Amino acid sequence: MTGETTSHPAGAAAGADPGRGYTHIVRAQRISVSFGNIRALSDIDLAIGRNEIVGLIGDNGAGKSTLTKVLTGVLRPTSGRLFIRDQPIDWNQYSVRAAHRLRFETVYQEKSLGEKQPLWRNFFVGRQITNRWGFIKVREERRIADEILKRHIGFRGVGIDADSTVSQLSGGERQGIAIGRAMYFDSDLILLDEPTVALAVKEVQKVLDFVRSIKRSGRACIYIEHNLAHVHALADRLVVLDRGRIVADIPAGTMSLEELTRFLIGLHAPAGAAGAAQ
Amino acid sequence: MSDARAVPTALPPRHGGLWSRLARIEGLPIVVVFFVLVGAFVYFAPEVFLRWPIYFSFLTTIPPMLVLALGLTLVIAAGEIDLSFPSVLAFSGFLFAWTVRHTGLDWPAAALALAGGALVGAVNGVLVAVVGIPSIIVTIGTQFFWGGIAVVLSGGLSYSLQRLDHTLLAGIFTGNLFGVLPMQSLWAAALAVFVWFLLNRHRFGEHLLFIGDNREVARVAGINVRREVIKLFTLMGLFAGFGAILLTMENRNFFSTQGGGYLLPALAAVFIGGTSVFGGSGKVVGSFFGAYIIGMLDAGIVATGVAGFWVQVIVGIVFVVAVVFHLLMEHPGRFITIARFFRRSS
Repeated sequence: MTGETTSHPAGAAAGADPGRGYTHIVRAQRISVSFGNIRALSDIDLAIGRNEIVGLIGDNGAGKSTLTKVLTGVLRPTSGRLFIRDQPIDWNQYSVRAAHRLRFETVYQEKSLGEKQPLWRNFFVGRQITNRWGFIKVREERRIADEILKRHIGFRGVGIDADSTVSQLSGGERQGIAIGRAMYFDSDLILLDEPTVALAVKEVQKVLDFVRSIKRSGRACIYIEHNLAHVHALADRLVVLDRGRIVADIPAGTMSLEELTRFLIGLHAPAGAAGAAQ
Repeated sequence: MSDARAVPTALPPRHGGLWSRLARIEGLPIVVVFFVLVGAFVYFAPEVFLRWPIYFSFLTTIPPMLVLALGLTLVIAAGEIDLSFPSVLAFSGFLFAWTVRHTGLDWPAAALALAGGALVGAVNGVLVAVVGIPSIIVTIGTQFFWGGIAVVLSGGLSYSLQRLDHTLLAGIFTGNLFGVLPMQSLWAAALAVFVWFLLNRHRFGEHLLFIGDNREVARVAGINVRREVIKLFTLMGLFAGFGAILLTMENRNFFSTQGGGYLLPALAAVFIGGTSVFGGSGKVVGSFFGAYIIGMLDAGIVATGVAGFWVQVIVGIVFVVAVVFHLLMEHPGRFITIARFFRRSS
């Protein structure tokens, strides 16, 4: 473990002027994760700039989701270090809540929203506005939720309000809600875990527009995606994961979509049998 | 867990039509059922139901079950279940009765009963949240265990508790206000208000709703699922302990199987009230009226002169009708599904 790191509590970094004076919003250093005998991540080194959209691609089981979970405090790695805004993080102090405080937000495939809950609850779950006895200030949460819907997500006149439940929304709208929530809470890093999975073409376009708005607003984004065409069009940089390792780091514009596709297929060409078995 | 990809075939209307506005009023269907039922009782047995004593008797006997139903509403909203509460009625009831009988200290006896209930709940919570056994299995097991402990400790005897007469404790919790209103009904009603706020307006309640909705969502939202589940079961045990005190004190008697008849009625009260078995929502108002409906049916049906044999049949009908009514209020699209099904099969 990394007990010997000379780091400050994760929470303190949030106070330490998250606005200025850092090069990388997040930097992973030799991060490894093992589940029993299975090595999910091996020595991952990855740095994300402050207004960079980084596409994270790779097959199922390449370790994309595991890496996201480590970065956002859901999962503690077996070894390695993490720097947030160039400051080292103490794993003992790192958690989902700490990541929230550090203005990291994750939009998971289908795990971001409670389906039966109204939108205002979904916006604030995990960081409710409460009085000192823990009772939620519903009116305030509703008001802000309505504001997020109008200002950050642009849901105007679609018949969706703060009291709508998630189950009433389409797939693209759901991702919009999750991304809008991240923007409202002023996240500096938004992690998108396959936000376009199982969405209709029109819905995908909505989501891609949301991702563009992340870039425009000066934030950083890690965008995990299966569909190469989606990431290729958006990302500043593409990082390719394969069986728990980073095998390529490709700046935008240096490879066409066809070249990229061929490159990815080529990864498994020598070990085609193994790849198929997987 | 439900699949977010599965877009429902009939999306509920988004605009606030009359139907959806009505559907948003918590517990409305069950309140309707309640008053229809009372109306039917008054119609068929006016000599009984236009007088106070029958209501007095309901307000005396139903509160322990209502207290259980309130706790269960939280448990079921979180996607869990607790079947061990009948044994808490026995175990906590024993702690209370034994202490009163042997020491005469009624207040400490009540505290001990609550602590006993909380202990049972905490054990359930740890087994569910930390060890990871599904709550239905855990609480079937602990139901046997604590029920058995109550029998062993009491030697299977029943305790008469006449010495509670004229004590302050009994007066406060099971006395009669102005001679006409049983105190336990007020306590249970106050508890219902508290539970409503806890579930719908408190951080803890919101955590329960998200845990019941989707555990993984709750986890990535930063909710400490394990801790909240332990808290939840402990609270349920505490409620059952309180129910045990009310029951034992009202009866002025303890017997080691006194929880026996409560399992299904208390659960029925919650489900008839519209709380979803799938978790993620809890209807406290529904459970409140559900408990009174379930508690009223027996005596009510008998009073209307229908042969006692029919009681269970009618309970079954009321239960199913109430649940279907709820479903259709919340998912009007189901009308179409049902209509289609019958058209196709005919």
